[in-house]
Amino acid sequence: MESKISISNLNFFYGKAQALYDINLEIPEREVVAFIGPSGCGKSTFLRTLNRMNDTIPIAKVDGTVLIDGEDIYSSKTDVVALRRKVGMVFQKSNPFPKSIFENVAYGIRINKMQTSKSDLNDRVEKALVNAALWDEVKDRLSSSAFGLSGGQQQRLCIARALAVEPEVILMDEPASALDPIATQKIEELVVELKKDYTIVIVTHNMQQAGRVSDRTAFFMLGKLIEYNPTQKMFTNPDERLTEDYITGRFG
Amino acid sequence: MENRIIDQQLDRLRDKLLLLGGTTERALQRAMQSLTNRDSDLAQNVLREDKVIDEMELEIDRLCIEILALQQPAAHDLRFVISVAKITPILERIADHAGSIAKAALILNTEPQLKQYIDLPKMATNAAEMLRSALDAFTSEDAEASRRIIKQDRVINKSYKRIFSELIEMMISDPSITNSAAQLLFAAKHLERIGDYVKDICELNVYLTEAAFIKHSKGK
Repeated sequence: MESKISISNLNFFYGKAQALYDINLEIPEREVVAFIGPSGCGKSTFLRTLNRMNDTIPIAKVDGTVLIDGEDIYSSKTDVVALRRKVGMVFQKSNPFPKSIFENVAYGIRINKMQTSKSDLNDRVEKALVNAALWDEVKDRLSSSAFGLSGGQQQRLCIARALAVEPEVILMDEPASALDPIATQKIEELVVELKKDYTIVIVTHNMQQAGRVSDRTAFFMLGKLIEYNPTQKMFTNPDERLTEDYITGRFG
Repeated sequence: MENRIIDQQLDRLRDKLLLLGGTTERALQRAMQSLTNRDSDLAQNVLREDKVIDEMELEIDRLCIEILALQQPAAHDLRFVISVAKITPILERIADHAGSIAKAALILNTEPQLKQYIDLPKMATNAAEMLRSALDAFTSEDAEASRRIIKQDRVINKSYKRIFSELIEMMISDPSITNSAAQLLFAAKHLERIGDYVKDICELNVYLTEAAFIKHSKGK
């Protein structure tokens, strides 16, 4: 398998407290990888090491290597802004800007000066909204405030915003945990659709969701990667007792 | 946390399956008794009890569906529910074969006894023994035992071949006994099929305990 992201011997500290222990993991291109594990197990911390979101925390310290397309993202030569453009992120709580629907999606395009003309900008916004499966619902009210959208629509707007800057990897931190089943289903269908063009890493507390959308699943506990296997194997016959206990609800 | 809601339901499912297994075992034993002891009342009893077994099958089906829909089991829990769902109709079919043996007994008992039924009861004892050990192995999740039981099916197949040629010879030498001999042949065939079904149960136990599919792979 072709690895898009290759993590080796990754350790992570918040000050003196170690949050991740010696993680080794290969994430294949154009696959969906789900991270599961109890709260505080380090899965979100780990997700955030993949686009250096933890850099904003002063006491955070990373040790080990994260290669994306073979390049060390923690090298001093890395352009962090370019990295985050390449590795987009969607959060648990949708966080649209207090702007119009159009401006939310256009924001990253403008900042990165990607558009060649006004009509090119329009095209890019439309394409991102189409790819986020939101276009049909908002095309007649692009200038309305993003806050007028439903929770599920706001989340898809955030995905459109991430897609607009043409990333290659999308990190999703519990993207559907605050949504109702119908909105959740739309996000899940979107994830499966986006897999054709993007590599996706998704943190989820919803085991069935991991089962439905991911190709591989990684189970974390107390900062350690316990098991990483094809999702089908994880949910029918995991190698590790701890994984079995977790996915069958044997410990809380 | 061993007191999961699903545990109570899985326990109920296991109990129901074992009850069905025990009832099936008894049906087989009594069907054979009705034949060897020429007891037609007992044969009628076996046929009547088949309805109870059908009811049990439906109950287990419903419970399996309920657990799958409401508890969404994974890993070992999932394999357990799947195995039970697949073993249940196998037991029901074994009971159907027992019923067919009882029907053969009803016909045979109206005619003079052909010969001492020595081989057939032995074959039946083997089949019943296999069934009991297969269910024990399932309860204790003993895959090794299941693999051993699978091999015992050969003994049953051999008995069937022997009984088959013996009865054919008898039919040729005395055509007047053809009807009785044919009934005995049916009974032997039913026992041979039961051996195959027990094998399937054993394969499902290997799936439950090891998540391995050994069906169509010669018991490996």
